[in-house]
Amino acid sequence: MLPVPGPNRFQNSSLIPSTKSSMLFHHTTLPNGLEVVAELNDAAYSVAFGFYVKAGARDEAVSVSGVSHFLEHMAFKGTERFSAEDVNRIFDEYGADYNAMTGEESTIFYSSVLPEYLPQTFELQSSILYPTLRQDDFDMEKKVILEEIGMYEDQPSSVAYDRAMQLHFSGHELGQSILGSVESVSALTSEQMRQYHAEHYRAGNIVLAVAGNTDWATVLELAHKHCGAWPAGVCPRTVTQSTPAPQSLFVVKDQCQQEQMIQLAAAPDCKDARRFAAELLTVIVGDDSNSRLYWELVDPGLAESAECGYYEYEGSGTFLTFLTGPPESTRENLDRITQIYSDVNANGVTADELEQAKNKIATRIVLRGERPMGRLSSLGGNWLIRREYRTIEDDLAIIRGVTLEDIRGLLSDFPLQQTTTVGVGPMNGL
Amino acid sequence: MTQNVVNHATLPNGLTVLVETMPAVQSAAFALLVSAGSVYDPPQQNGTATALADWMARGAGDRSSRELLAELDRLGIQGNETASTQHLVFRGSCLSVNLGAALRVYSDIVLQPHLNEEEFEAVMSGVELGLMAIEDEPRQKVMVELLRRCYPHPWGQPSEGTLADLENLTPDSVRTHYQRVVKPNGAILGIAGNVTLNDVLPVVSDVFGAWTGSNDLTIPALTCSPVREHLALESTQTQIGVAYPSVAYSDPEYYAAWAAVNVLSGGMSSRLFTEIREKRGLCYSVYATLNTLKDRGQVLCYAGTTAERAQETLDVLRAELMRLGDGIGQDELDRCKARAKSSLIMAQESSGSRSASLARNWYHLGRIVTLDEVRSKIDALTVATVLDYVHAHPARDFSILTIGPAALQ
Repeated sequence: MLPVPGPNRFQNSSLIPSTKSSMLFHHTTLPNGLEVVAELNDAAYSVAFGFYVKAGARDEAVSVSGVSHFLEHMAFKGTERFSAEDVNRIFDEYGADYNAMTGEESTIFYSSVLPEYLPQTFELQSSILYPTLRQDDFDMEKKVILEEIGMYEDQPSSVAYDRAMQLHFSGHELGQSILGSVESVSALTSEQMRQYHAEHYRAGNIVLAVAGNTDWATVLELAHKHCGAWPAGVCPRTVTQSTPAPQSLFVVKDQCQQEQMIQLAAAPDCKDARRFAAELLTVIVGDDSNSRLYWELVDPGLAESAECGYYEYEGSGTFLTFLTGPPESTRENLDRITQIYSDVNANGVTADELEQAKNKIATRIVLRGERPMGRLSSLGGNWLIRREYRTIEDDLAIIRGVTLEDIRGLLSDFPLQQTTTVGVGPMNGL
Repeated sequence: MTQNVVNHATLPNGLTVLVETMPAVQSAAFALLVSAGSVYDPPQQNGTATALADWMARGAGDRSSRELLAELDRLGIQGNETASTQHLVFRGSCLSVNLGAALRVYSDIVLQPHLNEEEFEAVMSGVELGLMAIEDEPRQKVMVELLRRCYPHPWGQPSEGTLADLENLTPDSVRTHYQRVVKPNGAILGIAGNVTLNDVLPVVSDVFGAWTGSNDLTIPALTCSPVREHLALESTQTQIGVAYPSVAYSDPEYYAAWAAVNVLSGGMSSRLFTEIREKRGLCYSVYATLNTLKDRGQVLCYAGTTAERAQETLDVLRAELMRLGDGIGQDELDRCKARAKSSLIMAQESSGSRSASLARNWYHLGRIVTLDEVRSKIDALTVATVLDYVHAHPARDFSILTIGPAALQ
């Protein structure tokens, strides 16, 4: 599996006209700038809602590296009204399935609940976006964050991803680590976090998305009641061009059995119309099954995994190549990947491959779209980054519409490459 | 909410088909369990079931390996083949209109795999690389190795295999094993989605009807004693695995055991998360879960923490496990029930989860378990019944496995 799902990974499409259940879209903007979007569906058993905050690792000054993620943890430490214990207890009392995640570009807080518990969980979830940040909670949670960093340090794939992003985007905001380092997190103060919070957690920087079984009047009432007093304003993000140059790095871990390789190359950004072609291309070339990399490397047992994925960000995108296998054959395996990429760059893909990839993506989206939680991620993510809503039918049409010509066009601008190379394992170089 | 309808039929060859009709979805999912899991691996050949699952899918019926995967993609079928302790498991999800075609493909894999000799080396290489990957992920390895130690052999041996055994597997040994164990008696096909038993029974009879024979191997389960062991590793964190005996899914006390584990580790307000992470900041990840075989169960606990804090973590973990016998709050049980109620209702949104659950229930209990039945069992729990269970099965006889720079006390 690719190491990191990535908050903006393509996740918004489907083959099937959703004629059976009527999904209704609504949108409004509160006076303070909070964007509210909902896709409501009476046939669902649950309702999922999430706050999408435009604040991630890329928005951090280097001196506070890791603050977005630490802040996400601190939200669950509560407010004046709700203590940390209250927060955990109340979510559990209503049987909520809830969590939060931080990425390069956003922090997301989400819950999935039975419709009758929406008001109570909404009140709690919305209030913790403005936590008290008590000093003793801050000190205790810092220990948990340091444990989390330690845990990922012991996972070769996480180390490889982190270092590869740093190297590929060196000097650029997207190279900043989500977790931060032991040093940066240890040095972080609650005052710095408060300041970061005040700048980024403004209503105009946040999207509330709701999917599933509730009605629009309820959503509006809850949003006005619990979010209406949030501070207005936005925190504009400066998006600069990245100019990755070929580089490589090997992190030696002698005790590892296998070598983890990650390679990155430039791909379309999150607003580029070619991103759909990019998603189809990576499914054809580097999906975990029945792809070019699969047949060349995984099927014959040369590598434990060999995949290529597409990740989109504001102003940048990446093709991410992921290879795990025996150290002694890593060099040859990378050469095999180079050959596949050269062939695809020169000759494109076949009509059959494109058709199979379309069916594959469409099925994934249909299945995911059957659950409100699955719809939520595309609803919220699309609105946060693109102010765009697409129905399942819209996505179906887009996927169906991608042609071999589109893939060729994409490849001429964004060929599959292995620009940045990072290895974690026994090897100290190729 | 209306209850989904579940129907079932057993074919003359012993294959049981269970179908839950979910009118609100457009998908259908299936889970086929064949009694050919790793527990049946021949002695010193652990890894046979995993190798077989992969080999079977490399060409079957009139399709080559490539044609087979192309057909699955063409039909939009997300499928996989894996080995568990007890079963070979074949799962797939697709649009309900393609379920029949999906079952045809999978019946070829089960009944007519090519098991080509020239594919065998690649299969074994894949199994070996998979085991190497576990070696490099200490969080995963600690639980694999804990299971190996807390259940009697071969019930605890990893379904993924054992590195030292792999050289004993040959094309002949694995093929012979296929002929011996991949049989329809006791096989279970759970299906859930926008389909009915009447829709699928003709297809199932058609494609699986010719499957014959029976796997008559019985694997006795002996007893085993608690084990303490440390595996040295140069790492930032120490991985801690703790296991102690509980009851099986079929046991009348299972729901009380489930509640007890949920008080420990059900939501973020549960005891392990509160005491170990929230109050002491010892871990990012800590949990307990109830693991069950057909005739016995174990509570499995995990914690990962930096080496210097590992001893304290283990001490607090053990103390919390034992403290359960001192009492349970009504509020703690109520939260378990609330979480269960939500997850039972939300399960109805997922055909994949329902199909697997139907098949699993049939394996453990030999009957259909409706979500209503589960709900009423959970509603009936009281603090007293859960505590009775805890007192009858106290947390003791710990098996403890650690991986990291230094052993713990």
